[in-house]
Amino acid sequence: MSSEMYSLHVNGELREVRDAWVGESLLFVLRERLGLLGSKGACEQGECGSCSVLVDGELLCSCLVLAAGAVGQAIVTIEGVAPLGAPNDVQQAFVDCGAVQCGFCTPGLIMAAHALLERSASPTEIEIREELSGNICRCTGYGRIIEAVQSVAVARRSAT
Amino acid sequence: MPTTSVTVPRTLSDALRVLADSPDATVLAGGTDLMVELNSGHRGATDVVVVNRIGELCTWQHNPQLGTLHLGAGITYSEIEQSPIAGWVPALAQAARTVGSPQIRHAATIGGNLGTCSPAGDGLPVLCALEAQIHLASAAGERTLPFADFMVGPKRTARVPGELITGVTVPVLPGWQGYSKVGVRNAMVIAVASSALVVDQEQQGVRLALGSVGPVILRCPEAEALVAAEGDFQSSRIRSTVVAQFAELARRAARPIDDHRSTAEYRRHAVGILAARQLRRAFPNE
Amino acid sequence: MSATGVASETTTRGGLGDNVVRPDGVAKVQGSFAFSGDLTADGFLWGATLRSPHPYARIVRIDASGAWAIDGVECVLTASDVPGRATYGLISHDQPVFAHEYVRFEGEPIAAVAADHPETCRRALAAIVVEYEVLAPLTDAERAIDGSHPPIHPDGNVLRHQRIVRGDQSIVGPITVEGTYELGMQDQAFLGLEAALALPDPGGEGVELFVATQWLHEDRKQIAACLDLPEEKVRLTLGGVGGAFGAREDISLQVHCCLLALRSGRPVRMAYSRQESFRGHVHRHPGKVWMRHHADASGHIRRIEARFVLDGGAYASTSSAVLVNAITHTQGPYKCDNATVDGWAARTNNLPCGAMRGFGVVQACFAHEAQMDKLAAAVGIDPVEIRLRNAMETGDHLITGQVIESVAPVARAIRETAALPLPDEPVGGHDGDPMRLPGGAGLTADRGHIRRGIGWGVSIKNLMYSEGFDDYSTARVRLADGVASVKFATVEVGQGFVTIAGQIARSVLGVDDVVLETIDTKIGSAGSTSASRQTWMSGGAIDGACRLVRERLFENVAAAHDLDAVQLAIDGTDVVDTLGTLRVAVAEATAGVVIDETFEYHHRPTEDLDENGQGNCHTAFAFVAQRAVVDVDPELGLVKVVQIATAQDVGRALNPMSVVGQIEGGIAQGLGLAVMEEIVQVDGHVRNASFTDYLLPTFLDMPDVVISLIEEPDPMAPMGAKGVGEPPCIAATPAIVAAIRDAIGKDISRVPVRPGDICLTEVG
Repeated sequence: MSSEMYSLHVNGELREVRDAWVGESLLFVLRERLGLLGSKGACEQGECGSCSVLVDGELLCSCLVLAAGAVGQAIVTIEGVAPLGAPNDVQQAFVDCGAVQCGFCTPGLIMAAHALLERSASPTEIEIREELSGNICRCTGYGRIIEAVQSVAVARRSAT
Repeated sequence: MPTTSVTVPRTLSDALRVLADSPDATVLAGGTDLMVELNSGHRGATDVVVVNRIGELCTWQHNPQLGTLHLGAGITYSEIEQSPIAGWVPALAQAARTVGSPQIRHAATIGGNLGTCSPAGDGLPVLCALEAQIHLASAAGERTLPFADFMVGPKRTARVPGELITGVTVPVLPGWQGYSKVGVRNAMVIAVASSALVVDQEQQGVRLALGSVGPVILRCPEAEALVAAEGDFQSSRIRSTVVAQFAELARRAARPIDDHRSTAEYRRHAVGILAARQLRRAFPNE
Repeated sequence: MSATGVASETTTRGGLGDNVVRPDGVAKVQGSFAFSGDLTADGFLWGATLRSPHPYARIVRIDASGAWAIDGVECVLTASDVPGRATYGLISHDQPVFAHEYVRFEGEPIAAVAADHPETCRRALAAIVVEYEVLAPLTDAERAIDGSHPPIHPDGNVLRHQRIVRGDQSIVGPITVEGTYELGMQDQAFLGLEAALALPDPGGEGVELFVATQWLHEDRKQIAACLDLPEEKVRLTLGGVGGAFGAREDISLQVHCCLLALRSGRPVRMAYSRQESFRGHVHRHPGKVWMRHHADASGHIRRIEARFVLDGGAYASTSSAVLVNAITHTQGPYKCDNATVDGWAARTNNLPCGAMRGFGVVQACFAHEAQMDKLAAAVGIDPVEIRLRNAMETGDHLITGQVIESVAPVARAIRETAALPLPDEPVGGHDGDPMRLPGGAGLTADRGHIRRGIGWGVSIKNLMYSEGFDDYSTARVRLADGVASVKFATVEVGQGFVTIAGQIARSVLGVDDVVLETIDTKIGSAGSTSASRQTWMSGGAIDGACRLVRERLFENVAAAHDLDAVQLAIDGTDVVDTLGTLRVAVAEATAGVVIDETFEYHHRPTEDLDENGQGNCHTAFAFVAQRAVVDVDPELGLVKVVQIATAQDVGRALNPMSVVGQIEGGIAQGLGLAVMEEIVQVDGHVRNASFTDYLLPTFLDMPDVVISLIEEPDPMAPMGAKGVGEPPCIAATPAIVAAIRDAIGKDISRVPVRPGDICLTEVG
């Protein structure tokens, strides 16, 4: 296996990736090389959204990104959206609305909900459903998650 | 053999040079197909050339004089889904909206869809119906192929080692056009059967292309000829009996198979329904 | 979005009945919660499993030398390396740790390797040479039970046969309806794939395993037997669990991971891929159910005949218990005095089946609810009326002779569901967004193509374990300086037990601060997180331990103030004298004092069934009614579920927000079985072992859910609360399929309903 060293811009820091096999996905590198375990893998096919991250501002499945090909791009993971112990409004709403059960899909959903709310301040219910449809949750049936996203939108609107 | 090298060229000429040196290298565009194979260990790739960072391939040009739209191979489905591209090729935008999930559409490119060339590829029936021109380049030069000559089999194309898909040119047509797709789920699903219908108002004709019902995307010349003869293009009028015949000709054109996603019988049935409903949308008057 | 019955405010007090948020919630939303696949250790190796490509074959020869020769490979194991018992299993241990002589399903483990990188493991597995004599697989459950096929396992091809014979067998008609119903194989499809970390003790005398499971102590028992170690040398700690739904009741990678660690002397991490997970755990039994109902002219059920054939796949797992659950729920939540039921669980070369949410009752309910609709049509009354006429009540009998002692608000559930509002939107919604139509973004249909239907599903589900199993749970509570520490081995799979554990302690002990200790095998068993049992069982254990602690607290306070302990009570966070004026804060009363009590909760004993299927085999029951509204495209066979309305018998909602989450999540899984989820096998080969082809409901597939919680506390339940996880999943499937039938006027008898079943079949 060929390996090489390269660097990735993750959560505002330049991180060296060492001893990696160059075929590794960004998900594997984030988790196993950089110790960023918040992104989860559940399908390795881009069919569940649990590994969602932002790459140059776009929501992507990190399992479908070749890590060595993401050199020079700005990567934001769940660890980069808020400091540990200080959840942001989207994260807190998920907790408060009962949108979290087993929690495995949750980091990916937080990333997707965060990206949606950055783009659309007042998403309709059907818009929320379509924009989050790449994130599978097996526990909740989605109802509480929709409520969480709506509650953030309402709170943000009333704050401005 | 696992991957042994990854190259990320930033210009087309760099990319073509890399491909000239290692013509059998695997081209990685959005990664939504190839990474699945890499992750599962099913890919015998040795070298990977990442082409989604080549700026020249990530642009589009609309030429109102010629009535054409050129899409660089690196244009993603999320770009196609939105204005302004969606306004010029609405059927392609409709197809784009059915590709995977938002995450997939942010990554997946039109060039990648062409490179994989699955009969279930959502963009392909539209490109086929639009009679898109596919642009290829290599260190030796450039060439352009009509879609029908480009897709030669299931996941097989006319692209030769060392060549790169650089883009696609489609006509911007004034008439109705649409893409319909049957899947068993309301999002994130691979087409069980799909259909693209394009009305060419100037030529007084329609073009129908079917996906997931044959080894390649299938055109339906007999169904198209029927509408050219029977359709009233001025007042968007067509008789119900013609719609039924059109559906039957679409069904007959299909060459579906049974697999774990569906049956040949259902696929054949479904493309007939899709084609008929699309024709009625294009010609709403009896 | 609407969900009635959920109070929006939470209280800081956080006792029973409040919408308390999860204690692990912040860690989960921030990505810092450690799932079992996130656990690592210095110098660890990756483990991986070699699996059979054949559903049935004789192993002629295994040569693993090629794997040993690869750089980075530290350990290779096959059947001959298992030091202890060569087989495992929950009820009968008939499944080999590694296949020996025969492989009996596609994906059966044959060998395991440990190496420095997953890619090295992949290469090592490819280098192991296995020579097979491929045999024709037995894939037809009927052939397995009719004796026409030679045994594919030393224990034979019948995993269990059980009859139920009750009452007058001669009753016929006057109204008779019958049907045969089929269910495909459903996967639990939890998102957090099987994963574990094993740490060997120095000298290999024992092993510590961090694993996502449903039952730590049962795992330990099976692992220890296979490793030939005393149970105390095998220590299990729960790794964060990313959902379970039954699929983690059986052993998967546990023994392999421990053995690789013991043999290599290094920590070993194993993590299944999705593809592997589909073959690496048991599934919901596919099955065929025939039923014939005999009723009087007004639709009262007089007698039911039924035959169940469940395909258990290659190994026993919990098939025998699933079968009994299925057949003992034949009548559904309806009165029935006479019955003849024949039930079979077959062994085949298909994927092994075992526990999944609903546990046999899903199969029964799909059939009995279709029968109720046929009966309604035959009598000429509507689906609600037929169910009300037959609705079971407390004091009625099951066809096993068991009296229903549980609160049984069946009629109330049906009436409350019927009273919930129907969707106010027309087909396609007011905005005409195509996403609201069947086919969604595929733009397959216009409004005029769509027909709407309404259907009903009502179910009864047993709670806890059955058939004489000594079912118990253990908890220890320590109160010191106003802080309660609670210790249990109850597995948190996402359902929220950790939340109500704290709520119980706060309510009973009057404390604000509750510390939940590590979930591991350093305390007695809690039993499995399954069978809707943990709120009742482990909740009962914590409640019991808290009450013992409170008694001692009262004794201390009574002694200090010269009072009788029986007159003391908890009020908020104080101990108060109910007959006087004393009021002392719990924190103050426990300053410098440690009160420590352990409690084991047992539910009342149950019995085995006799040869006629008679006996008090179950413990308690919960009920639910659901009404589904669906839009169907009859020409294309596509379906969009528009709304599920439900009233559920929950006893008491200890945390209404959690209850709603369980109901909505259960409905999603029932919806999946109704219209999309099936593991497709052809001649024993799995065709769709991925999330690309095994389809799970997405945000765009789930409808609005309108919920009414029926709170009639069950006197038998420790806090009046019934388990709530399984019933919603059971009723949703028949309700949705009934709505499809209603929309298209055809008899659909198989799930998942495929588009061709709707649009290509003749009117039934």
